[in-house]
Amino acid sequence: MKLTINAISVEVPEGTTILAAAAQAGIKIPTLCHLEGVQSIGACRVCLVEVEGAKTLVASCVMPVMEGMKVYTNTKRVREARRMVVEMLLSEHDGNCQTCNRNNDCELQSVAFDLGITDITYQGVKGRNEVDASTPALVRDNGKCIKCRRCVTVCTQVQAVGALFPQFRGFKTVIGPAFNSDLADVSCVQCGQCAAVCPVGAIVENSHIERVWAAIEHPSKTVVVQTAPAVRAALGECFGNPPGTLVTGKMVAALRRMGFDVIFDTNFTADLTIIEEGMELLKRLTTAVRDKQPVALPQFTSCSPGWIKFAETYYPEFIPNLSTCKSPQQMFGAIAKTYWAKKAGKDPKNVYVVSIMPCVAKKFEAQRPEMDDSGFVDIDAVLTTRELGRMIRQAGIDFNALPDEDYDRILGTSTGAADIFANTGGVMEAALRTAYEVITGRNLPFEELHVTPLAGLEGIKKAAMTITGTLPEYSFLEGVVLKVAVVHALGNAKRIIEEIKNGEIYHFVEVMTCPGGCIGGGGQPRLTDNEKRKKRIEAIYKEDEGKKLRKSHDNPKIKQIYGEFLNMPLGKTSHHLLHTEYIKRERV
Amino acid sequence: MSDVKTCACCGEVSEEQLLLQLDDVLAQNRSKEGALIPVLQIAQTMFGYLPKAALKKIALTLGKPYSEVAGVVGFYSFFSTMPRGKHLVRVCLGTACYVRGGKQVLESFRKHLGIDVGQTTEDRMFSLEVARCFGACGLAPAVMIDDDIHQRVKAARVGEIIDQYRKEKKPAKVKTQKKGGK
Repeated sequence: MKLTINAISVEVPEGTTILAAAAQAGIKIPTLCHLEGVQSIGACRVCLVEVEGAKTLVASCVMPVMEGMKVYTNTKRVREARRMVVEMLLSEHDGNCQTCNRNNDCELQSVAFDLGITDITYQGVKGRNEVDASTPALVRDNGKCIKCRRCVTVCTQVQAVGALFPQFRGFKTVIGPAFNSDLADVSCVQCGQCAAVCPVGAIVENSHIERVWAAIEHPSKTVVVQTAPAVRAALGECFGNPPGTLVTGKMVAALRRMGFDVIFDTNFTADLTIIEEGMELLKRLTTAVRDKQPVALPQFTSCSPGWIKFAETYYPEFIPNLSTCKSPQQMFGAIAKTYWAKKAGKDPKNVYVVSIMPCVAKKFEAQRPEMDDSGFVDIDAVLTTRELGRMIRQAGIDFNALPDEDYDRILGTSTGAADIFANTGGVMEAALRTAYEVITGRNLPFEELHVTPLAGLEGIKKAAMTITGTLPEYSFLEGVVLKVAVVHALGNAKRIIEEIKNGEIYHFVEVMTCPGGCIGGGGQPRLTDNEKRKKRIEAIYKEDEGKKLRKSHDNPKIKQIYGEFLNMPLGKTSHHLLHTEYIKRERV
Repeated sequence: MSDVKTCACCGEVSEEQLLLQLDDVLAQNRSKEGALIPVLQIAQTMFGYLPKAALKKIALTLGKPYSEVAGVVGFYSFFSTMPRGKHLVRVCLGTACYVRGGKQVLESFRKHLGIDVGQTTEDRMFSLEVARCFGACGLAPAVMIDDDIHQRVKAARVGEIIDQYRKEKKPAKVKTQKKGGK
């Protein structure tokens, strides 16, 4: 369809919105509620445009183009209407920009600036400024909410959780849990996708920044930090770098300058997870195929704490299917306060473990009461990528000017298989790289070891592989068709579970809570769209391909820890430190 | 469906029993598109209000998030999540009643019952609500208690009216206060 926008000719397919057509023509239309591919509801009214012949201004995010349409996005009428809409939002927005978590990272703030609003014309009654800090991961502030409903759509449609919905009516409307109760009192899985899409500071992570500074400054604490794989592909964005900039070395350098005593990598325990979880899968397959005994299959991955809480709440009948492996974050804490502390001659009670995560659910996971197998709380504090960015600024570090530095020894060594834990399909690929070799003695038969059918942003990805040429001890798997699936976003997890309930057979299913996997996590720099997801995934694959070692079982330090401490996968020490149990949760 | 009309306030059927009856209602409606509001209406008739336990059951059975069910209940003033008293007092604040002192009458009910609009007395005898016109403007200010219309109510006489219901003396269909009546 042909139309003109500000007299520029544009041709777009039928059904395209004016907003999308304008973007194609290089014209930016501001919006505060639209989320590409997720939500177009015309709620905020900021995207108003003038269409020749139309009586009123139209919301461009929901208005499809028509043949010969003449659209104007920059007339006096449009500018004034948009300004009025935003001024009305500001009149009831309890902003406090200077002290807001979103200062300089706020869509309302930048839209107000772009529209040239320099004065608060209307002093309206402010919204109900109720702060809900009831959960370990998230803090909600209704006074800042502009009721764009992005969080509602993401929570309900993308994540199939539905913890948030507009409550009450008219000016009294609040976006929140049922009857505006506390988030802790409903079945929120703490994934933080609401915080990831919120245009303002109405939902943010529960900050651990102050407690981490306090630990760093504590005279007798040894502060050990671990960095999750996905952080290195996104932290650069906090300092103006384009999405997909790898900043692993600079991140390590920054952490050292901030005063962390030891800089380790969650990648190490990601490799460890592959060994434990891979062997767990082989054990289940042995029970099912060789011994013909009943065993819970498929095995689901357990790295993603939002997914774990989702399964515990909505599908408790699948709890036996969840891998008993702790997530890499929690394995790290348990190992750091036992194996490493002893090796380094540190009293574990003075070892303070901080995680840098792309995730807010990790804050919830760290405080699960059973996560104390080291004899102490395994993880003391969890910072999101965004929080780390803020702390680096607080420390006055010129991030982009930093040299690249290396992780510290032992728990800082990892393979490429650990890097790809960051993206959808990555844990599965890493597990297959190891499991296939254990079973057949050969390399996974894919170019660059990438299981291409499981890569990409498709919501549900499936693959079937016939196992041939097995080693003698796994001859019972000869000819078995191994069926695997990879899903990301909990709505897709729900879909695959429904498939399985209807009789579909899989052996191993990877679930990542957030769209795109951890690279699109609730703690990553905002605003994550598919373009950014792709860029971050590319960066992660680059990191993987750049490593000499690409398979977890090749990690020399993993071999060393089994030799010195763990003895064998699924052994007694592993069972105690690296595996866990799940609980059935009431659904509210 | 006849037993569905039973009101919980009258103590005839326990809330547990009503929840079981709600199962039947849900079974008939679960596969219907747009079943939420009709089911909420039936449930409110059954329980006299919408208890949280019923709302959670409705959410679970209809496959809707509890937040959404709560959102719908909170949106429509027809729905109430507070238990209703044995007697529902509705003070009219329509234009005619308002100008003839409806507000003072309401204030008097608030004082005498010790509750706010939308609340129920602790003994579960009375609930207080505001109404907008019963179509009885000639009787302004009007108050409706259950199915009875009280006309030309004076704020000073509100205590007497309440006492009538407290003593369980069912008044006649249209009750006129002696001094105000014609």
